[in-house]
Amino acid sequence: MLAELDVVMLSRIQFALTIMFHYLFPPLTIGLGIIIAWLEGMFLWKKEQIYMDAARFWTGIFGVNFAIGVATGIVMEFEFGTNWAMYSRFVGDVFGSALAAEGIFAFFLESGFLAILVYGHEKVSPAFHFFSACMVALGSIFSSIWITVANSWQQTPVGHEIVQMTRDGQPWFIDGQPIMRAEIIDFWAMVFNPSTIHRLIHVWLGCFIMGGCLVLSISAWYLLRKKHEEFAKKSLQGALFLCLFSCLAMYVSGHFQARMVYRHQPAKIAAFEGHFETGVAGLSVFGMPNEETESIDMNIEIPGMASFLVHDDFNKEVIGLDKFRPEDRPPVKIPFVAYRLMIGSGVGLTLLMVAATVFLWRGTLFDRRWILWLFVVSIVPAIVGNEAGWVATEVGRQPWIVQAPLEVDENGERIIDAEGHYVYNGKVGLRTNDAVSKAITGEQVLASIIMFGTIYFLLGCLWIYILNRKIQAGPSTAEASDLKGLTS
Amino acid sequence: MDLNLLWFILLGVLLGGYAILDGFDLGVGIIHPVLRGEKERNVAIKAIGPLWDGNEVWLVTFGGALFASFPEAYATLLSAMYIPIMLLLFCLILRAISVDFRNKVDSMFWKSIWDVGFTVSSLGATIVFGVAIGNLIAGMPLDERGDYTGNLSDLFGWYPLATGLLAVVTFAMHGAIFLFLKSTGNVRQRLTGWLWHTWGIFLAVYILVSMLTLIEHPHVVANIRKAIWAIPIVILNVLCVANIPRAIQNERYGQAFVCSSLNIACLVALFCASTFPNLVYSTSEQTSLTIFNASSSDGTLWIMTVIAMIGIPLIASYTVIIYWTFRQPIEE
Repeated sequence: MLAELDVVMLSRIQFALTIMFHYLFPPLTIGLGIIIAWLEGMFLWKKEQIYMDAARFWTGIFGVNFAIGVATGIVMEFEFGTNWAMYSRFVGDVFGSALAAEGIFAFFLESGFLAILVYGHEKVSPAFHFFSACMVALGSIFSSIWITVANSWQQTPVGHEIVQMTRDGQPWFIDGQPIMRAEIIDFWAMVFNPSTIHRLIHVWLGCFIMGGCLVLSISAWYLLRKKHEEFAKKSLQGALFLCLFSCLAMYVSGHFQARMVYRHQPAKIAAFEGHFETGVAGLSVFGMPNEETESIDMNIEIPGMASFLVHDDFNKEVIGLDKFRPEDRPPVKIPFVAYRLMIGSGVGLTLLMVAATVFLWRGTLFDRRWILWLFVVSIVPAIVGNEAGWVATEVGRQPWIVQAPLEVDENGERIIDAEGHYVYNGKVGLRTNDAVSKAITGEQVLASIIMFGTIYFLLGCLWIYILNRKIQAGPSTAEASDLKGLTS
Repeated sequence: MDLNLLWFILLGVLLGGYAILDGFDLGVGIIHPVLRGEKERNVAIKAIGPLWDGNEVWLVTFGGALFASFPEAYATLLSAMYIPIMLLLFCLILRAISVDFRNKVDSMFWKSIWDVGFTVSSLGATIVFGVAIGNLIAGMPLDERGDYTGNLSDLFGWYPLATGLLAVVTFAMHGAIFLFLKSTGNVRQRLTGWLWHTWGIFLAVYILVSMLTLIEHPHVVANIRKAIWAIPIVILNVLCVANIPRAIQNERYGQAFVCSSLNIACLVALFCASTFPNLVYSTSEQTSLTIFNASSSDGTLWIMTVIAMIGIPLIASYTVIIYWTFRQPIEE
């Protein structure tokens, strides 16, 4: 039994576990970084102490998230080598430089100036402190750029060529098989591959919503408890505008994103929509895809809606999963459900932000306890939406770890084989099954999954405990924090 | 200059920078139990509080740079050392939490838990680094594709464990000197004796590991003989180690810290000389990964060089700003 442990499946589970836990933290720091820089800027401009108190409080929250984000982020970097060595060998020439750029341009900036932001109040001038806040915000945004570039290249790879490696100046074969890898030919084409900009904007908006919802959640809780009200109102208004803007912009971004995915990864869109048969596609608002009957159980759908989303036309045909060979199809259930969780969270949050803005404009927002309670729980759909979006896009890319392109003829038309299936150029991509390390065993991976599972569970509990203490303690006034020396 | 060689050197610089910078905060973790009472221990945490995180970025960047410039070596090493790397990740997570969360709750029990976590994780991470270096010096069995064919117990053989011990005592001495510089009063008194002890222990282990290497791994000796530039490094290393007690005796602790840092730089340089031009020396026939057969294409090495040219001045300026801002010793 132990000998049959599947290294690929276990490594996928481990990667999913560690990346989903890690991804709780960077979006929070990206969103909070901007809010802190804004508050420090307001303090410099208006000279009202309340802004500085607020900035200090959110910096404390930022610090807790940042520490866990860094610790869990190193795991991600090393896992490319430990679990996905064949992948690293194949993509290192392209993917590696983006990862290295992230360390050099983003992490040094962020971690360095965070030290001043957290520990430097008594050591530097207010203006330099504001500068540090901006650098931290910038660093956290930079850190999202390069990793998103790297991921986007996996989804829509361009700017490289597949070449045979050499040993001692000779083409390299093992047992007659040529050893191939991706090599860069155009760095900027790789950086600005077709999905980078769409994905980056989509990711940023998601981060802003998550960071903003954390601020909304905590601020609304103070208002409900009638504590720190002036502070809470100031923070809440800033975060509400950030969330409102991001939620609305998300519809534009999501629309472009869906069209881009359809153009480059039609099988992924088919999985998102549970669209088994090529033809006009509806948008299922409720249901569960059944891969055996190739239909959606308990389906309630808006007819033609998916066609409209990818073509701007209710009657146009959308490519279904039937156009792909069985071994080339992504799993359907997980992307289908995750995609709906993402959209559902987004729509729910948009309704909340629009309603809250209307009430704020009328001056009645802070008297409506029900909407404040909705703010308190808004962090849950914000997290669900961000995580589910990534699950949908990553599982939807399967069975590829580096997406292979569809073969086209000289006119740019997609080639169809005798069974009516599209043909992937498998030499150019890399299947997830071929990407895993050869030197590791299933037992080792199982052991590390248990280790990560245990410490991440404890870490999650600790995170909530510390966050809760910070929230209960609330923002300290300037005099009190001078006495305490603001050590933590 | 040959780009492969340039990146071998730059990786050496990143590794050396990491060992010097994170070395002192790992060392503070190792030496931490000699401090008595909450107040003294808090000084140690505060001394590294603003700095350790930035220091760890050197490791992250080293990993990224190794991935980009020598992907074959990155893949081979990390998958070969699966279990040690997982232990390292465990330690790095525990360490981040211990340092960051220790002062978040005002309870003796809480703080003492994280003090233990801080020491255990610092010790564990340092041992893994030493064990990894030991395996790279000794070499490991690789198949034709460059995948590791040995087993877990080989990774924790007695020679890698000896280099693990050397890493621990090197960082302990380095951390003790750093903490002495950054403290006053009681902590300084407590550490005075330990400056001598850690130096003595370091010297003993250093001599032991050097002899082991010379006897057990003749390929290393042969390799170092080929590198003429290694001779001044050996001399510099001996001078630095010898100067540390002199500097402590004369109460020039800054000088002692510089010597300890140079000592680490020399050790890293000698490690590089011992393995060059291999990145992963294979004990099997003809399968060693060298800076030539394991590298990225020239195109990528060029891109990386441009990134480094832009990045290095930026990193240097942040580092100076941060260390200047937090130059004052910590009051108890």
